[in-house]
Amino acid sequence: MTDLQIVPTDSKLPLDNSAALMRELVAHLRENRTGLREEWLRRIFETELLTAMTREEVFAEATSVYDSYVEALETRTLETLQAYAQNLSERIIPRGVETHEVVGIVLLLRDVLARSLFGKYHANFKVLNAILDAYEPAANSIAITVSVGFVQQRERIIREQQEAIRELSTPVLQVRERLLILPIIGVIDPQRARQLTEQLLRGIRATRAKVVVIDITGVAAMDASVANHLVQTVEAARLLGAMVIVTGLSPEIAQTLVNIGVDLGKMNTVGDLQGGIEEAERLLGYKVIPSEVANA
Amino acid sequence: MQVPILKQGAHLIATVQSALTDADLVQLRDAIVEQVGRTRARGVIIDVTALDVVDSFATATMRDIAQMIRLRGARTVIVGIQPEVAFAMVQMGLTLEGVTTTLDLEEALEHLGERTNGKVAR
Repeated sequence: MTDLQIVPTDSKLPLDNSAALMRELVAHLRENRTGLREEWLRRIFETELLTAMTREEVFAEATSVYDSYVEALETRTLETLQAYAQNLSERIIPRGVETHEVVGIVLLLRDVLARSLFGKYHANFKVLNAILDAYEPAANSIAITVSVGFVQQRERIIREQQEAIRELSTPVLQVRERLLILPIIGVIDPQRARQLTEQLLRGIRATRAKVVVIDITGVAAMDASVANHLVQTVEAARLLGAMVIVTGLSPEIAQTLVNIGVDLGKMNTVGDLQGGIEEAERLLGYKVIPSEVANA
Repeated sequence: MQVPILKQGAHLIATVQSALTDADLVQLRDAIVEQVGRTRARGVIIDVTALDVVDSFATATMRDIAQMIRLRGARTVIVGIQPEVAFAMVQMGLTLEGVTTTLDLEEALEHLGERTNGKVAR
């Protein structure tokens, strides 16, 4: 956690003087709380920020932000504000509030408060300078803290969603005792390829699979490194004691595999998923017959 | 670290319990190949479930063992390669070509049973 940096740039001012100034500043902001908050809200609505929220919500949040803001100036620590910013981000991100809106409202508040300071001290230029020396760095750190908190929260949500999508994108399914299928759809990047391998190998262990059908009908093309990875996955599965059948290779992928010089003796490939499952059943000793034939 | 080699029916089972040095591997190879003849075993199972690293020398030795045992008239099955180990081996190009691998001991015994339970009939 970073503490507020409140060091006067004017070296003639002693440090404890800045603390006194800050107290005066905080007192001023407390006194004029209602007026400044109204002014801030007016500016928010005027610039059409936070349109995803109702006026009442904006009012409630603005009040809390204002109080946390003044509190951060008073205590010179950002912890409370940081926690509040995180909490606020969690609530408003799902509502579709954008980064520029959050940064915008914090900068607006900063501006509103600075203007009121100008208004109060404009007669005494020296004091105004000293006050701004104390106020500006603190206000900057607050603005940075809130914006960074919002962006971090957003990134965390994006990461979680990516993780979820990735896991959903590579299901390892058991279709029969000791037979797994792994349908792959979409683009495979190296990271997804690695995750896919991990899930497959773990799946083989967990279900004691003997045959695995990897269906890549839904993959239009893959580059040489991913193709190599696929071949390695097949080999690794074999080391665990499972046989792999790859089905649905597109002409482009077949081309890639031939170009990288895959040993076809190691790769068991069948045209489509149906054929792959039939082959797997044959390997496992299943025989599927239509019931009228079986009953006859 | 000596690897115990147990006889179970018509098969020998060697269970590796901890990481092996190159010398241990050579010693294991010699012991297995010698015992296959002495016990008239028809199958050899090497269980590597406990290994979390398998290097190139170990891979080469396992392949050698499989081939020597083949020449001595028996079959070899490597058992229990861990998923991470399998992938690391493949990435290093160590693929144990021509050697049968199975998930666990049960599988290996089943596999060897299919191959070696041939009866002599008149």
